[in-house]
Amino acid sequence: MTALVTVQDVTMRFRGHTALDGVTTAFEQDTITGLLGRNGAGKTTLMQLVTGHRQPTSGRVEVFGRAPFEDDGALSGICFVREGQRYPDAFRVCDAIAAASWLFPYWDADLADRLLDDFELPRKRAVKSLSRGMNSAVGIVIGLASRAPLTLFDEPYLGLDAVARQLFYDRLLADYAEHPRTVVLSTHLIEEISDLLEHVVLIDRGRVLLDDSAETLRAGALTVSGPRTAVEAFGRGREVLHVETLGGAARAVVRVAGPADEAEALDAGLTAEATPLQRLVVELARSSRADDPAPAVLEEVTR
Amino acid sequence: MNEDAGPIFRQVADLIETAIVDGSLPEESQAPSTNELAAFHRINPATAAKGLNQLVADGVLYKRRGVGMFVATGAREQVLKRRRSEFASQYVRPLMTEAQKLGISPRELTSMIDSWEEQR
Repeated sequence: MTALVTVQDVTMRFRGHTALDGVTTAFEQDTITGLLGRNGAGKTTLMQLVTGHRQPTSGRVEVFGRAPFEDDGALSGICFVREGQRYPDAFRVCDAIAAASWLFPYWDADLADRLLDDFELPRKRAVKSLSRGMNSAVGIVIGLASRAPLTLFDEPYLGLDAVARQLFYDRLLADYAEHPRTVVLSTHLIEEISDLLEHVVLIDRGRVLLDDSAETLRAGALTVSGPRTAVEAFGRGREVLHVETLGGAARAVVRVAGPADEAEALDAGLTAEATPLQRLVVELARSSRADDPAPAVLEEVTR
Repeated sequence: MNEDAGPIFRQVADLIETAIVDGSLPEESQAPSTNELAAFHRINPATAAKGLNQLVADGVLYKRRGVGMFVATGAREQVLKRRRSEFASQYVRPLMTEAQKLGISPRELTSMIDSWEEQR
């Protein structure tokens, strides 16, 4: 695996506020990475740095082996689909698509056409008169049809209903399978996309909390339930992310090393299940701020 | 795929094995491609490929260069053999655990299995 994007000890400060704090990560070539985290965690800032929209206060960002800031050569290979993307007032849908076709060297006009039909976007309507969901769909069409070697979607689903979101995931997967490229997807809707992801980066309060393959993460935490004493015994010597009890019964999310741990849980009379990614992310974000009792809001959907 | 049931690539491999066992994917027939599996199960193609490669490593599938993956001759027998050996831990253990909780003796269990067979 080669990294298409490397982020080395990057810190980003805005007037006394630290948005990113010593972030080191990488996005491997031809993978779909999920960039997860709560509101204000620093996801958008990281994407802005990677796409050359900002320069880090300190540290180094490299895309295609060079710093992306004000580097047209690097930027032509990047497509960044932002939430609530704005277009010039006079632009119709077809104008936005045409502008994108000039911008991206790998643009596929046929794919753009098919996607406009799929999302039922009226080509002659002014973009500013579109509903929020349709506006998001325009961004999605551009993001997919750009076929950019590095494509970033920053919460691209605002206002999109469940049917349109599924359409996005299906088209992304189908086109990615035919034309592998590096995709970074920031989202709160973890459950919907967890099977699409090959890699996960979780950011919390400007720091990387988790950076691993989706498969490893799924195997890395068990949800065990059963008699409270047995659950407690199993949790001893392991990192317990969360425990809930109900009378004599308990359920815990426990980080484990491998299949041997699952066998041990079963032998102890517990039921053991893999922990869904969304649950793991919520518990990690919550346990990282044990001093802060506010509930995790990762499930939140803005419509 | 099932969120609570183990690694996704293993679930993919299991589904293909099940199709081989029940005969819907006969020996020497072509297995679904990585992209077909990814689209059908809505999973990352790399995960689907991992499931297929696992089956190649196990000798259940083999690659024909430029054509795709095929079910090996003898694959059905091989999968059956492995699944039989796993039957005790996968099915008998939970059965016995639950029976123990309810105070059902192994003898009662045996007669239950017999009468269930008769009623079928």
